[in-house]
Amino acid sequence: MRAALLAKDQMPALLGALLQDHEVFAPVNDGGVIAFRRVDSAQQVLLHYHNSTLPPKGLFFPQTETLFAYSLERGQLALEEPQPASRAQVLFGVRPCDARSFTLMDRVFAGGNQCDGCYLARRENFTVVGLSCTSPKATCFCTSVGGGPFSATGSDLLVTDLGTNYLVEAVTDKGALLLESVGGHREADEDSVRRRREAQASAEAALRGAIRTEGMERRLQEMWDDPFWDRLHEKCIGCGVCTYLCPTCHCFDIVDEDSEQRGCRLKLWDSCMFPLFTQHASGYNPRPTGKERWRQRLMHKFRYWAESHGEAGCVGCGRCVVNCPVNLDIRQVLNEIESLSRRSQ
Amino acid sequence: MTDLSPAIRAAARRLLSDGLVDVVIGFEAGTLPLRSSPCFVRDAADVDRLVWNMSCENNLAKYLPRRRERVGVIAKGCDTRSIVGLLKEGQIQRERLHIIGVPCRGVIDRRRIESELAGREAIDLQEREGEVLLRGDGFEIALEKERYLHTSCRACRSRNPVICDTVIGDPVAEDTSADEYATVREFEAMSAGERWQFFAAEASRCIRCYACRNACPLCYCAECFVDSTQPRWLSPSTDATDALVFQIMRVMHTAGRCVDCGACERACPVGLDLRLLTKKVEKDVEELFHHKAGLDPREPAPLSTFSPDDPGDFIR
Repeated sequence: MRAALLAKDQMPALLGALLQDHEVFAPVNDGGVIAFRRVDSAQQVLLHYHNSTLPPKGLFFPQTETLFAYSLERGQLALEEPQPASRAQVLFGVRPCDARSFTLMDRVFAGGNQCDGCYLARRENFTVVGLSCTSPKATCFCTSVGGGPFSATGSDLLVTDLGTNYLVEAVTDKGALLLESVGGHREADEDSVRRRREAQASAEAALRGAIRTEGMERRLQEMWDDPFWDRLHEKCIGCGVCTYLCPTCHCFDIVDEDSEQRGCRLKLWDSCMFPLFTQHASGYNPRPTGKERWRQRLMHKFRYWAESHGEAGCVGCGRCVVNCPVNLDIRQVLNEIESLSRRSQ
Repeated sequence: MTDLSPAIRAAARRLLSDGLVDVVIGFEAGTLPLRSSPCFVRDAADVDRLVWNMSCENNLAKYLPRRRERVGVIAKGCDTRSIVGLLKEGQIQRERLHIIGVPCRGVIDRRRIESELAGREAIDLQEREGEVLLRGDGFEIALEKERYLHTSCRACRSRNPVICDTVIGDPVAEDTSADEYATVREFEAMSAGERWQFFAAEASRCIRCYACRNACPLCYCAECFVDSTQPRWLSPSTDATDALVFQIMRVMHTAGRCVDCGACERACPVGLDLRLLTKKVEKDVEELFHHKAGLDPREPAPLSTFSPDDPGDFIR
């Protein structure tokens, strides 16, 4: 069955069935912060929410990851390597923008000729259940960067709230298998498919935060020395909110923690907005101020990504827009770049 | 209530056209209904960008250290106290600064308002005497402003500028009726174990983004202790112990200096109760040294001076 219909009151039972054979990670409200956490019961799961405060990327790319640890006892060296999860895992209720971010992240950690084995193992062990956005926020702009509120990219199953029912669509074979393994649903009828289409059209129409990103790559190629960068960063306080809350930011640092008897090597999130990010051992810093850091962040997302992968490194979730302490809004920045280049033509 | 924006624009225009300052740092309309955004105006023709309202939540004193230009800055009561602190610590030159003080009625706590909306989204916000009017798709509600002020504003004792060159509007009445240390007292009444649990729970949610540090006007060190690699004082991990040490060290560095503007807490994306820590340290300094930060530029900082009368009970 590729599309199933589930009565709304059956959702707890479906989650319960998933919990029997899987570790389930789902959006929960933790003191006002919505985050993807491991849940033990269906009651903990948020089914009505705009989007999580923190992106789910940490499940595949943990903020702090131990690559290996060692200890030395009586001349004996013991090496500890990370162990893969023992049970199959489900990421439930992830929004289409975030689901799409996983496919972007895959290009970095599991694409081409380099592959991060730990990342790949986590990705493969997870089945991703997406949740269509029936009411996007005013800060959402997924449709401006190649996504959509009902996009199935990155999801194995896509769940859509149709009011009284959920429509559950299998996007991949992995998703179809998961759907088969849990009961309580029936084959979707034509009416549901029609209602899903209508819901999608209305969600897409509701996306007010549209920005003009077409040709952004070319514009940025011509802007390296533009005086625009001199003032852009001025209000930025240089914190890591935009990058740490970004579902596609993937820069990391490697740090060794050691004492005489034991130690470990850590892989940690890092942020191009931090001065230390590019500081050389000599003390020289090629990106000494916010100007170079902001230029890098913009160029990386909207130029280098596009040059390397054919699409922008942004999924339009709007987290950086909502949470920036000084309301330095990337949508406004992109629109300014667009109008600047229009003026210069 | 009078809109102070026109008076702020007039003051900025005068300073810029008379060549008294090179830049005026104030607020412009934000891109979201509950937000305003810091802005830098260098041309008298641009002063109409400046606004003043209850979402002007940032402490603009943050932008003053290491600035070469002559600056005019829009400052709320708490911001002027931060400026006093920066003057005292030699971080800014008084003669190169023009303070446009604004008696403040408090800034709103956007996160509390958002949680009140329970998933609905405001697309417009207006202020009417004592009320915050929010409008969104299919709803309109009025909230009592006083109840949705940021916690630091509800505990505020310095709504009016303590130092300034130009004052905008009439002074506002200071409100000392509420116990500013009420939550600290509750915290102190907890057992050591309960307090530890509270710390550990808060620290486990910290994502080490440093928004708290970077929003704070006091955090102007050329190299923060967390960024030092030679020697490295602290691991950059999100292990709760590391996050806790970061927060405790950060807060201890504000002892006798923090003016409780609340900028750290407003910047925090995960809603950590950061003011509880800074407020506790503020209370200790007040009790031990009878000092309130940022009120008098001539008064020496309690932790950088020694007096034989200093409390010494901790030496045993």
